[in-house]
Amino acid sequence: MNGAILVLGLAALSALIAGVRALARRRLASAGGELEMLSDRRGTRFAGRYAGFAALIAALGAGAVVSAVSAGALQPLVAALLAASFAGGWALFSIGPGVDLRRRYEVLVISVLGFIAGIAVLTTLGIFATLIFETLQFFQKSSALDFFFGTEWSPQTAIRKDQVASEGAFGVAPLIAGTLLVSLIAMAVAGPVGVMSAVFINTYANARARTVMKLTLELLAGVPTVVYGFFALLFVGPFVRDGAAAIGALFGAEIDAPAQNALAAGLVTGVMIIPFVSSLSEDVMSAIPRTLPEGAAALGATKAETVLKVVLPAAAPGLIGAFLLAVSRAVGETMIVVMAASRSANLTFDPLERVTTITVQIVALLTGDQEFTSAKTLAAFALGLTLFLITLALNVIALLSVKRFRIRYE
Amino acid sequence: MNKLARRAKRRAFELAFRSAGFVSLAFAGGTLILLVVGVLGLGLSAFWRYEVELSVTLDAETLSLADDPTEAELLAADYRGAIREALNERFPEVRETKNLRALQALISPGAEFMLAGRAAKDPGLIGEMVRVRAPVSDDAEMYLKGRIRRSDPPDRRTLTDQQLDWVDAWRADGDVRVAFNGDFLANGDSSYPELAGVAAGVLGSLIAVGLAILIAAPLGVATAVLLEEFAPKNRLTDFLEVNINNLAAVPSIVFGLLGLAAFVVFFGMPRSAPLVGGIVLSLMTLPTIIISSRAALRALPQSLKEGALALGASRLEAVVNPMLPAAAPGIITGVIIGFAQALGETAPLLLIGMVSFVATPPTSVLDPSSALPVLVYLWAESPEIAFVEKTAGAVIVLLSLLLLLNAAAAYARRRFDPYQH
Repeated sequence: MNGAILVLGLAALSALIAGVRALARRRLASAGGELEMLSDRRGTRFAGRYAGFAALIAALGAGAVVSAVSAGALQPLVAALLAASFAGGWALFSIGPGVDLRRRYEVLVISVLGFIAGIAVLTTLGIFATLIFETLQFFQKSSALDFFFGTEWSPQTAIRKDQVASEGAFGVAPLIAGTLLVSLIAMAVAGPVGVMSAVFINTYANARARTVMKLTLELLAGVPTVVYGFFALLFVGPFVRDGAAAIGALFGAEIDAPAQNALAAGLVTGVMIIPFVSSLSEDVMSAIPRTLPEGAAALGATKAETVLKVVLPAAAPGLIGAFLLAVSRAVGETMIVVMAASRSANLTFDPLERVTTITVQIVALLTGDQEFTSAKTLAAFALGLTLFLITLALNVIALLSVKRFRIRYE
Repeated sequence: MNKLARRAKRRAFELAFRSAGFVSLAFAGGTLILLVVGVLGLGLSAFWRYEVELSVTLDAETLSLADDPTEAELLAADYRGAIREALNERFPEVRETKNLRALQALISPGAEFMLAGRAAKDPGLIGEMVRVRAPVSDDAEMYLKGRIRRSDPPDRRTLTDQQLDWVDAWRADGDVRVAFNGDFLANGDSSYPELAGVAAGVLGSLIAVGLAILIAAPLGVATAVLLEEFAPKNRLTDFLEVNINNLAAVPSIVFGLLGLAAFVVFFGMPRSAPLVGGIVLSLMTLPTIIISSRAALRALPQSLKEGALALGASRLEAVVNPMLPAAAPGIITGVIIGFAQALGETAPLLLIGMVSFVATPPTSVLDPSSALPVLVYLWAESPEIAFVEKTAGAVIVLLSLLLLLNAAAAYARRRFDPYQH
């Protein structure tokens, strides 16, 4: 039934738009408008396009608005047909000889482009509004003070109503500590390795080596994070555990690290962001005017001295921006830590311990069946907001830093 | 310090610095190789499996079938019993029910499905003896593939000594065959590792990601054109740009939260559906496509646009004809990179519920569905040792798809360039 209405309605709509187009052309021709020439901005070709496009976007807009409010196919289609006739009629009315129809048509097209561009803004606002809304609901059930300053995280709430269970503790401190620890380890790997890779590619490599190296980094960047997570779970975690035990044995100490330790998660996250750091750093380094390193070379500096004393200081603001962007990546990384870090919260900075992160807890709280209004579910949104704000702050500072760098050299 | 010593020191430092750079790159490349080799080593064996030749008598009585059975009755008959009889004939010394059960545990239930399918197609087989190549169970397969060894401590392996003896007896008699594991590519998920396949995940992924690109590509290109060619330099435009840059850096899991709260709960779209997955992924790919399309438009020579304008084209006409086709290689590359990103994305799909156990491939955007990377996550968390191999196999499928996409991007860059061939 609905399908038939939809097909019929869409057919009627296309017929209407085609009719409007034909009418517009005829109207212009009979009013003594110019003949259709190559691309005459007052010609019949644009008369048809203008009226047809006006009818089309009116139909799409009205249809979308009405279908958001009412179910079924009939009402949106009727609304679309009505809107299309009105817009088409109005456009037909305004057509006449000497009117710049191309301009009118293009103003319509460009406004549609502008509307589409607004979707990016709408998404950001949507994310923000959603997170704020759910977080406020969470703070009605659980104290905001406890959330931000509590040091215990154990979101166990009663499953049945008659159960006498603890309220669940939602203190975010252990999660932030865990996130920080993992990100720090990741940056300790990705920072030096990424920058030194960029230096080598930028300064030492010849054209062929550069192609190979860049390809390698691109491949590394293309590996999905869930694959890194699998790698961490299967190889790196056990390797760190055994390695720690072996090193402990050398010094006569017994180290019994779990396979799901912060070090493994951090190391693999670090490997994941190496290509990110190196490509951003390389961009920054190649944006420096060539006269700087060439001047240093002319004064007799070796390449290493040039890089350390001229290129890197000049690139510093850009590099800081690149680092901050990389940190924000590490903080928001989910799959590696979900698979390689632990789910139990632990307020510690020992890299061989189990730690959990903000993202791990969001996944833990929201996978599986649960009621959408429970404190547990809402807590995930409070965590999401925390994560969003942290990464937003890092990004804004990073972008400002890069921008200042660019202004200095462009 | 004299000159020579200083020079030697500077040279040594230069060498050390250069080596540090090379070692860094070698570390990155080495990790990549380690990852690929590790995954291939574990996962390639998922593409073949072991089968045991059995002679099964499809006796109507054993199958508890009445005369003239219907197709449904044929499909639901007791093939398990028939296989048990066949196994008992093969190893007549096994008597106790407990031992028989242990023996049957070596054969995958897939064998029953095979028999059921054959009997339903050809009811004349009832009463006959058929030869069937029964896939072995996951544990037996792991033993045949060398992942479970007889030397493992008995309390830590899942097979008893007796079961290992039976498998060895089959192998000694030449009844064990190696075959290509087509089921791994054709089946949906299964709780039996030996029957689990990636098909449902691949299809779910392709539907969701395809939808995402259908939404994101036109919107992204339109936004790029607006920002690059038409937007006036004012506060609103700046705000838009900052927004897009930030959107590109929002952690993917936050998009999952948006999808859950906005689309699933607020708009009431079905959970676990590729529709929601596609919308969420499209929002994530949007910035990638916008940024690469803008770069492609900006890289065009100014003369292209000016020439069109000089011939009387309007700015929109200049964009539509010479500029967009000329920028097509860059735009298409951006779209394919976005496609690849979306294909590997896992976290947001976990939140909108595309983690459910899906045995049958989805047929529409509203069916509950899984996705390939989610399958990797689910299998990696499974306790059965056989799923380690399957997980690595699924990773191989995922990485092959991504490689294919990148090759397509490289090809598109050349093929769609109107000025370079």
